[in-house]
Amino acid sequence: MQIYLPIAEMSVNVFLLLGMGGGVGFLSGLFGVGGGFLMTPLLIFIGVPPAVAVGTEANQIVASSVSGVLAHWRRGNVDFKMGFVLLLGGFAGSTLGVVLFSFLRELGQIDLVISLSYVVFLGIIGALMFLEGLRTMRRRKTAATQRRKLHQHTWIHGLPLKMRFRRSKLYISALMPLSIGFLVGVLSAIMGVGGGFIMVPAMIYLLGMPTSVVIGTSLFQIIFVTANVTFLQAYANQTVDVVLALMLLTGAVIGAQFGARAGARLQGEELRVLLALMVLAVCAKLFYDLLITPADLYSLGITR
Amino acid sequence: MSRRLVRFVVPMVMVLTLSASGRADTLVADLSQHLVGITTGFAGAEVLLFGAVEGHGDVVVITRGPERPAVMHRKSRILGVWVNTASLTFDRVPSFYGIASSRPLEEIAPATVLARHEMGVEHLRLELARAKASPNVAAEWRDGLVRNFQRAGLYTTSVRNVTFLGNRLFRTRISLPANVPTGTYQVQVFLIVDGRVVSAQTTPLSVSKVGGEAVVFDFAYKQPAIYGLIAIALALMAGWLAHLAFRKA
Repeated sequence: MQIYLPIAEMSVNVFLLLGMGGGVGFLSGLFGVGGGFLMTPLLIFIGVPPAVAVGTEANQIVASSVSGVLAHWRRGNVDFKMGFVLLLGGFAGSTLGVVLFSFLRELGQIDLVISLSYVVFLGIIGALMFLEGLRTMRRRKTAATQRRKLHQHTWIHGLPLKMRFRRSKLYISALMPLSIGFLVGVLSAIMGVGGGFIMVPAMIYLLGMPTSVVIGTSLFQIIFVTANVTFLQAYANQTVDVVLALMLLTGAVIGAQFGARAGARLQGEELRVLLALMVLAVCAKLFYDLLITPADLYSLGITR
Repeated sequence: MSRRLVRFVVPMVMVLTLSASGRADTLVADLSQHLVGITTGFAGAEVLLFGAVEGHGDVVVITRGPERPAVMHRKSRILGVWVNTASLTFDRVPSFYGIASSRPLEEIAPATVLARHEMGVEHLRLELARAKASPNVAAEWRDGLVRNFQRAGLYTTSVRNVTFLGNRLFRTRISLPANVPTGTYQVQVFLIVDGRVVSAQTTPLSVSKVGGEAVVFDFAYKQPAIYGLIAIALALMAGWLAHLAFRKA
């Protein structure tokens, strides 16, 4: 059964879209990630124009983050104050990101920048996660874990504009979450991701937030940043396909439930290593595509 | 089979009576439909072209989509990575090109005639905005453009058949792929006798989004701000519904 996507201007099989949504949803439920970093490359792979893939994926992430954050909110795992500071930076960053996106699209360089951003960030995050996962697995076998300090004091704690974040048990400069939010906002707009895969490690390692509130708070600010990206992409570039977004999120919502159930049976460290391998596989595929000689050196740019 | 026959015969009779009614046309042709609507289930369409000619001759049918500018990029290798390093704009490029003929083109007419009427993708006049490139480089860009359109299924790679039924009646099918651009198409029918075009006729064919597809598309372009807000509202609602649906489970 084919469905015509009005903005992507192409005809796609309904079950392929539902299946992609379900598959990525399952993995995102399993690993507790948004799945944007898998879905956007997949959409580009089946022929959706990269600009439409990025704009539409932002729209879908709004939906999956809402359903995720509500569950965390009920358990009190959202630091709203930290979320607000992060999303202030995120708003500015994603706005700049969409402007940058439009500019690069005019230049004909957007596909390259999307691919390069994926390769660099997925490569770094994947490698770090993989090593960290291996280390904890090994440590668990050899010796009992030593007690960690709540957080280390570094130059970061000397920055001005200090704020108290009670839920996260932190007293740090607002500049740190602001700039992290800003950076992730830019990437969110360009890569069509929520940015959780960068935000979560940044919150743990750079801000020193307790892991219990990290995912809920990250999801909370992702809603606003991706909503901003959706609005700006729709407004400036007309690249948000609501029909495509609805098909994907229908599959994703159902897949995520099954994924979460399957995830409950696996160990945290094993999950992290698996996720790292998946991230590295996507990264390797995109990098390979940049290196091989293309079938045709000539390509069509945007024609509007 | 019989329904197809009726669909074909009824317009055929109309064509015959038309040509018999004293008009001096040597060529008459029409389409089975003048509007192709892109609906939710759209997966491409076929339009039947039928007609009649007076006397012997060959028929060539060309379908051209609305003309638009096209930007082309060329990649080269920088630090091992393939990057778009050059770009050129073609001012007027048909967004669709299909051709059908009753015999192989080179048997019907000499190359000069084929070129004058742009018969065959190799004869399409695709001019660069300004003479920015030497002729052989310009030809490379032109070929690149044609290849890209052919890969997208928008330019034909082969010449379809125009089939004659007897000496006078002919028909062919124009097939439009699922990614067909919207706009007003021109279907040109040529009658060629002894290597010369003796008669020609142009029929418009309109391709447009209809129903829900048209509503969504128009709204996205005419009211982008409200469209964006609705997209967000839909996502928020979907997320909330998903939360409610799976909370108890």
